[in-house]
Amino acid sequence: MTKPEPLCCVEFVELVTDWLEGALTAFERTLVDDHLAACEACTTYLDQMRQTISMLATLADDDPAAILIDRLLIAFGELHRRRHDD
Amino acid sequence: MTGYGSKQTMVQSEDETALVRQLVAGDEAAFAELVTRYHASMVRMARSFVPTDAAAEDVAQEAWLAVVRGVERFECRSTVKTWLFRILINRAKTRGVRESRCAPFSSFSAGDGRSVHPDRFFAEGHLNGGHWSIAPQSWRSAPELRAESCETRECLKAALESLPSAQQAVLRMRDVLGFTAADVCAALNVSEANQRVLLHRGRSRMRAVLETILLETAEAS
Repeated sequence: MTKPEPLCCVEFVELVTDWLEGALTAFERTLVDDHLAACEACTTYLDQMRQTISMLATLADDDPAAILIDRLLIAFGELHRRRHDD
Repeated sequence: MTGYGSKQTMVQSEDETALVRQLVAGDEAAFAELVTRYHASMVRMARSFVPTDAAAEDVAQEAWLAVVRGVERFECRSTVKTWLFRILINRAKTRGVRESRCAPFSSFSAGDGRSVHPDRFFAEGHLNGGHWSIAPQSWRSAPELRAESCETRECLKAALESLPSAQQAVLRMRDVLGFTAADVCAALNVSEANQRVLLHRGRSRMRAVLETILLETAEAS
């Protein structure tokens, strides 16, 4: 039985998301893990990807937009009354 | 306001089902609570589909009104959050298409689907064909990438806003807001495979942006 072709880097970068998502087959996972073990550049790439994701998460901490909640509450009250007046 | 920034698990909470029941009963405090919890996230989410912050704010407000009108039809099959965002996204898409911000959502093909510029790799046929020619550098010691760095944050926000709507929406839901893949598929009405493709492309673009920021900062120093 011939040994399967190992991954090259240009292939690895396209599999990174599926790998993180757990969406690869066991076979594909082995290919990726083997490649990571042998390739420092792609290990760095994976690390960059993880940091990118962490940084995206920090965007959730922004100040909330001003809410015109009074207006919404009035509309809410009206809609409810209208619905229950029938 | 409860700290909504962290990646809490998206488990249906008893508390939110109760809130919806109260909403149906006309409880204003329940409505206020829901708005306080989710409005900011909904505005940010809407930004995936419309060109300005002001438009995103409008969309979110319209969505709340739609929520109120439709609350009696809420079926507990999805979480409250998924339901809210589904309404929000429908509104945003409609508005976005009207303002020509995004193409009809069915167009997923984004041309060249490569995550990294081909110049970064040796070409096929080369001795090292398929391997990095310009390897990625570690970011671990880069001060510019500290989350507190305002400039990096602004660049990140701008980069996110420049993504095509579909990629932006998935990234916002998954990586910014912490929704699960299943939540995203339900709210955006896409398959899991499609969701992954969009996630992949969006994340790849964002990584490339960060890499560029770091390179420019390093060159400037």
